[in-house]
Amino acid sequence: MSSEMYARIRENPKFKELVSKRERLAWTLTGIVLVLFFGLFLTVAFNPSVLAIRLGESFVTTGLAIGLAQFVLFWVLTAVYVKRANSDFDALTEQLLRESLKAKK
Amino acid sequence: MKKTIQQCAAAFAALGAAASALAGPAVEITQKQPLNVPAIVMFAVFVGLTLAITYWAASRTKTASDFYTAGGGITGFQNGLAMAGDYMSAATLLGLTAMVYTNGYDAYLFMIAFFVGWPIILFLMAERLRNLGKFTFADITSYRLDQGSVRTMAAIGSLTVVCFYLIVQMVGAGQLIKLLFGLDYHIAVIVVGCLMVVYVTFGGMVATTWVQIIKACLLLFGGTVITILAFSQFGFSFNLLAAKTIELHKLKDLLYTPGKLLADPINAISLAMGLMFGLAGLPHILMRFFTVNNAKEARKSVLYAAGFVGFFFNVILLMGLCAIVIVGTNPEFFEGGTVGGKIIGGGNMVAMHLAKAVGGNLLLGFLAAVAFATILAVVSGLALAGASAISHDLYARVIKKGNVSEAQEIKVSKMASFGIGLIAVVLGIAFEKQNVAFMAALAFGIAAAGNFPVLFLSMYWKDLTTRGALAAGYGGLTAAVVLVVLSKSVWVTVFGYATPIFPYDQPALFAMPLAFLLAYVFSVTDKSPRAAKERAAFSDQWVRAQTGFGADGAVSH
Repeated sequence: MSSEMYARIRENPKFKELVSKRERLAWTLTGIVLVLFFGLFLTVAFNPSVLAIRLGESFVTTGLAIGLAQFVLFWVLTAVYVKRANSDFDALTEQLLRESLKAKK
Repeated sequence: MKKTIQQCAAAFAALGAAASALAGPAVEITQKQPLNVPAIVMFAVFVGLTLAITYWAASRTKTASDFYTAGGGITGFQNGLAMAGDYMSAATLLGLTAMVYTNGYDAYLFMIAFFVGWPIILFLMAERLRNLGKFTFADITSYRLDQGSVRTMAAIGSLTVVCFYLIVQMVGAGQLIKLLFGLDYHIAVIVVGCLMVVYVTFGGMVATTWVQIIKACLLLFGGTVITILAFSQFGFSFNLLAAKTIELHKLKDLLYTPGKLLADPINAISLAMGLMFGLAGLPHILMRFFTVNNAKEARKSVLYAAGFVGFFFNVILLMGLCAIVIVGTNPEFFEGGTVGGKIIGGGNMVAMHLAKAVGGNLLLGFLAAVAFATILAVVSGLALAGASAISHDLYARVIKKGNVSEAQEIKVSKMASFGIGLIAVVLGIAFEKQNVAFMAALAFGIAAAGNFPVLFLSMYWKDLTTRGALAAGYGGLTAAVVLVVLSKSVWVTVFGYATPIFPYDQPALFAMPLAFLLAYVFSVTDKSPRAAKERAAFSDQWVRAQTGFGADGAVSH
């Protein structure tokens, strides 16, 4: 019964669209986070002096600035994902489910 | 020569602090302090309030869904606060502040590693967890695999993590209360155990969530107030603060640059992986994805949780830095009044001393009460996750094969929470004099290498079979335990050998790939008819994970 419904959803082109759009966004964002984060940790391990440079006249080091930037950026990226998923993707999912339910009748 | 030894000792002490900051507060043995009346009064108010909430929650906890997941009726914002609360234990407040105080920038790196798991869990897991799961994460791993064996494996993984994490918290609670409230170690452990059992058995997830929310608010409020008061002494100028800290701290300029803590690349990466993927394998955090109505709210939960956690980590950075100047120069906070000597109550007390310095006994009492409340809330979440693994996974699904009434299942769950409470108290007392920092490493290591790989693959890889899942789950768990036993925290600290066999702090870098490899090898070579059926079942699971169609609670709420 529900297996039939799952098959109908799968056949709907909107399903493919939903999956590919969302996977692309999710993996892109994951990639950005992992590259930046492990990039920072590898810099710490292999070239820590890069993180010790003071910005101008202040006592803020590059390391501190990059750290804070990571906190802010990663949170902004979660907001980007939530915004897209809760509007675009959910709307698409709703359409998809409505069409698939209708096809049943 | 002597100087080198001192430096080595300092580096090891810092690593110890790093390990304990994973989960356990104040794991060092502490001295009992005089009775702290304002702290006890404020804590009593917290307990009274939470017990009232539990009383109210008990009247609303009727079905199994109420008990395990608060009927799915928690909003994204509330759940975000509760998740942040689950993640911010007393160790976060005390251990990380102490780490900033001693290590400066290294502690900041550590906090980024603590934080980065949140966006990853959102992008890759949040909505799938919500769409596929019901009460426990074992619902997802066993979705299309063999119920009996895979659920048992997942439940063992959950219970091991819960158990180690609980011991760390109990021992931490005892030591902390001795120090903060001037109460006996045993009394503290028993009080924590009893309250935890009361919250969980009577109030289920509704009470546990609200206890967690209240505590998260108190923690955020307390930390922010202390930071504002402390930072105001520097006219809110980071440059002034930095200049003073550089002048006073023994690291001087190096305070704001990467130091020794993460200098070894393999150690640093392994630690980062353990923290990052450990988050995605902690049963009490995963369970929170089922307390909201739908995928939309699940995503919002992570957004709020990440916001609160990220904010608080930056608050802690400022607290630790301010403490270098405010606490570090005040003889009142050093044993025998020698500035730069041993801090009264040990390194973990830095945040407490800072509270006293900027806000007097009242703020100190408040922060002490918050620290105790924090422990209480975290152990309750853990106990509920453990009880669910026993009642929902082991009892209802494995032993009774689903033929059990809700009332019966809830009854078993309540008995299980009572049992867990009892075990936690007994072990908490048994480990009083032990250094339990390694148990925190174990909890995260097992979560990352035992729970996470199977959970992840069950959602993403269609060829995962029961055989592969079992090999990965048990293999990852065993590898994590063996590597931690061979590492410094057990081999040297507990067994007393001179050098560790496994030279790193966290097993994740090695144990996690092993688990993935085992899953791969044992799945692709599995030619049984059952395996073929399991692969075929993936496509329906995939549709449900993506669309939420058929998801639990999606219709009824």
